[in-house]
Amino acid sequence: MTAQVQVERRAVISWNDRRIRAIIYQILVLAGVVLVGWYLFSNTLANLERQNIASGFGFLDREAGFAISEGLIPYDASHTYGRALMVGLLNTLLVAALGIVLATVIGALIGVARLSTNWLVAKLASTYVEVIRNIPLLLQLFVWYGVITVSLPHPREALSPAAGIFLSNRGFKLPAPVADPVHFYMGIAFLIGVVLAVLVARWGRRRQDLTGQSFPSFWAGLGLIFGLPLVVWLTGGAPTALDMPELRGFNFRGGMTISPEFAAVLFGLTFYTAGFIAEIVRSGILAVSHGQSEAASALGLRRGLVLRLVVMPQAVRIIVPPITSQYLNLTKNSSLAVAVGYPDLVSIGNTTLNQTGQAIEAISIYMAVYLTISLLISLFMNWYNARIALVER
Amino acid sequence: MAEQAHHQAIEPDERPPAFSVGALGWLRANLFSTWYNAVLTVLILYGLYSLIPPMINWLFLEATWGDLPAEACREAAGACWSFIHEWWRFILFGYFPYEDQWRPALALCLVIALLVVSCNRMFWRIWLAYVWLVCLVVVGVLMAGGVLGLTPVSTRQWGGLPLTLGLSFVGLFVAFPLGVVLALGRRSSMPTVRAVCVTYIELIRGVPLITVLFMASVMFPLFMPQGVTIDNLLRAQIGMILFAAAYLAEVVRGGLQAVPRGQYEAADSLGLTYWQKTALIIMPQALRISIPPIVNTFIGFFKDTSLVIIVGLIDLLGAAKTALTSPEWRGFYREAYFTVAVIYFVFCYGMSKYSQWLEKYVNVGTRR
Repeated sequence: MTAQVQVERRAVISWNDRRIRAIIYQILVLAGVVLVGWYLFSNTLANLERQNIASGFGFLDREAGFAISEGLIPYDASHTYGRALMVGLLNTLLVAALGIVLATVIGALIGVARLSTNWLVAKLASTYVEVIRNIPLLLQLFVWYGVITVSLPHPREALSPAAGIFLSNRGFKLPAPVADPVHFYMGIAFLIGVVLAVLVARWGRRRQDLTGQSFPSFWAGLGLIFGLPLVVWLTGGAPTALDMPELRGFNFRGGMTISPEFAAVLFGLTFYTAGFIAEIVRSGILAVSHGQSEAASALGLRRGLVLRLVVMPQAVRIIVPPITSQYLNLTKNSSLAVAVGYPDLVSIGNTTLNQTGQAIEAISIYMAVYLTISLLISLFMNWYNARIALVER
Repeated sequence: MAEQAHHQAIEPDERPPAFSVGALGWLRANLFSTWYNAVLTVLILYGLYSLIPPMINWLFLEATWGDLPAEACREAAGACWSFIHEWWRFILFGYFPYEDQWRPALALCLVIALLVVSCNRMFWRIWLAYVWLVCLVVVGVLMAGGVLGLTPVSTRQWGGLPLTLGLSFVGLFVAFPLGVVLALGRRSSMPTVRAVCVTYIELIRGVPLITVLFMASVMFPLFMPQGVTIDNLLRAQIGMILFAAAYLAEVVRGGLQAVPRGQYEAADSLGLTYWQKTALIIMPQALRISIPPIVNTFIGFFKDTSLVIIVGLIDLLGAAKTALTSPEWRGFYREAYFTVAVIYFVFCYGMSKYSQWLEKYVNVGTRR
């Protein structure tokens, strides 16, 4: 007995023991990583010292001295680098958020269209998907940018599809409502409407579970979300003053501007990602077993209702994980904006990098920001996925 | 005789209605099945009618062909193929010395021919890998020159389609083994190894390719000891490899996870070591499963090589963009981008169709 124990103890330090080998391998890997890291780090320090670049994020408080063509918060050349990067981050978020919403809508439509019983619709949709997915996004961005800046006319001969809307090579001009305190209250009313709509939907579902009577939650919610701001607008005296864009000299004044850069990035991202989302939606719908739609048809539901009430709720469970990675791709691809000159995070970060030489800091800001955005989108989509996942008993 | 009897057996009123068979039946079932389908069909037909004839006009009938100056193009209503006629050598080969452009052209033919050969599964033997290696060396010699009486050409003059193909193929060949190692590391039972691999994969996959390329182009010079400089092309190539390896690792991991547990256990019970088990039992099955997604990843990677123009390389798209900046030919972006788009489309569409065929083919053994 004791002899055996001793044998085992002696075996502990043998090369034939898997655990010992594992520990040695891990020490080697760790040592390798640390060595390479230290080598690169020391080289970097030496290089920075030679170039007289002080590392650290102190440069964020210095005056930037360059202008940015568009942004959501006030900014001019006298502001700091930190604020400039903030403008870029907000621009990235804006184009990514709009792109995600639009790409989802267009992608879902095209995905359903590919399964249409109408041969022409199905063929057209699949041609769209094949063409869009097999051409680089960057090329598509250039094409959109070219269409807007080269093929659209000068502001003097701008296309005007409706009164107050002008399409020219300087971008799109739309009438904007003149700022009014009522708008603020309308925004609050909108938020209240959203909250109320969610509550009504919950109440309606509970009532249906209890009594079997259905409640038109969708229409009630729609009415609340859009009706409340409308009521506020009417009681606030219904201000209708619009700031109409008008041609002064060589360009337009007033109104709301959508710059060619923003439009090119938004269109490019939206239509490119929509092609991928369409494929995901199509395969998600096809993955729902055929018996489900047959059973629904047998109950007498029409095709649209079958899709909306029976197939889609099951398809969404399959669709959500791959669509999440498309959302992440879209957000990451928004960094291509730098190629057409839209001032997104990477574009402004590069200007900062070129002016200050703070390469490491700029790159680590990119990485931190994109990793955070990726993480937030994944967290949200995982929460949504868990909510809609099939609860198995 | 029998046929006649058969004909006579069918009474006129037993034939199917004219609207449910043949061309008319097809039209009714596929284009006019309901009133809204009929409306959609008419709308789409009208849209196509108002779109396709002008497009054909622009592309062919009213286009200017051949060796004409830009002024002649600006007067014509259609496409200016004279632009492509003037610039096609530049778009294909970039700044490569004009009289030596047969070298990238030959390299291009070599790679495409080998690509076509590799598509055939009959040639999927180990020697194919060596042929590819030899081919890449030959291509490298052709491009760089300096031996066999070829004039040396600096990498700064490389460009166009050879650069696009080179970046993607060399990238794939180096990134693939790296990706396999990362995938094995991620599934390792050793926590440190796993942590290192997971961190690397997630870090790279969480950031856009542009930031990786920027990192490669501005941070690599800082990483190197004094006096060591890396060529701009090599820096971009390393960035692409680092990026592709993380994505390939995830694809291979998917394949590894799809190998049934019994295979691992059977290999263990035979007393195989980890590397024997991996090389002889697990990897062959995992790679078979992951070949179609690897091709798909490669298509994405091929398209992504166009981003290198942001760090100053002149690939296919970059060359077209550079051609557009010449004062005389400014504004012919439609012709330039159309041509480049067709080239990208041919490659990507071909590969994606091949991957679909392959998916069916490699699963022949498991299909019921």
